[in-house]
Amino acid sequence: MKVLLVDDSKTMRNIQRGILGQLGYQEVEEAVDGQDALDKVEAFQPNLILLDWNMPNMDGLTFAKQYRGAGHRTPIIMVTTEAEKSRVVEAIKAGVNNYVVKPFTPNVLGERIQETLARAKAA
Amino acid sequence: MSSAYILPFVDSVNNVFETMMQMPVTVGEPAIKPHDTPADNVSGIIGMTGDVDGTVVLGFPTATAERCVAVFTGMEINADHEDFADAIGELVNMISGGAKAKFVGKHADISCPSVVIGAGHSVFGRKDVKCVRIPCECDLGEFFVDVAIRDSQEQSAAQAA
Repeated sequence: MKVLLVDDSKTMRNIQRGILGQLGYQEVEEAVDGQDALDKVEAFQPNLILLDWNMPNMDGLTFAKQYRGAGHRTPIIMVTTEAEKSRVVEAIKAGVNNYVVKPFTPNVLGERIQETLARAKAA
Repeated sequence: MSSAYILPFVDSVNNVFETMMQMPVTVGEPAIKPHDTPADNVSGIIGMTGDVDGTVVLGFPTATAERCVAVFTGMEINADHEDFADAIGELVNMISGGAKAKFVGKHADISCPSVVIGAGHSVFGRKDVKCVRIPCECDLGEFFVDVAIRDSQEQSAAQAA
């Protein structure tokens, strides 16, 4: 299981990497913004993407649109401070599969990851 | 400034500290901050634009900030390390993002955070926007959230009248 972590905050990447490690996911690549993620997805071929929304250079929403536009189906979980319902709807329309609002507990992120992977497997 | 724009920050700072650090926060009485009040040694700053615009500052004495960052990240990081600023920025990002989601009927965007570290610095927002200081305390020490935002639609209507 390969996971791409996209967040401009090293603190949040470290926290999420720790939670992924507890879940048994050790193969993790990191990207600092949407453009960096686009540059890395072809070589890394992730099975899951954890994606921040507000980032410099290219935000998470733009990344999701471009990634889906290129035909990729890898599940994306948006992990963001953007908590308004309108934002959640906007993200889902852009091709995001699940949504976690910061701040989050390890349990919440873990549950969303398992749920998202189970749905992707069933599809 | 309406309490409708302050209470979301009170709720959000509690939520962020409880969720990410298991640290309950006691919030004091919010009050207008005089313009000449100096900042503390560490300031995490976020700009807000849209229906509501202005600035939010999360301020700490250095020792308190270092203790918060240690609990938040699980690592002892000195204030002069770049990861320290990243962690403070993420805290003010989560507090501001959580608060703006509770602005009823108003949409606001937040900027990427900036962090200023150093004794004796000051943070100045717009002169025409009053700043409300929310004093906070937890087991790691005292800190504050300064909220200097305005309803830009109300401001436009007032200027047109």
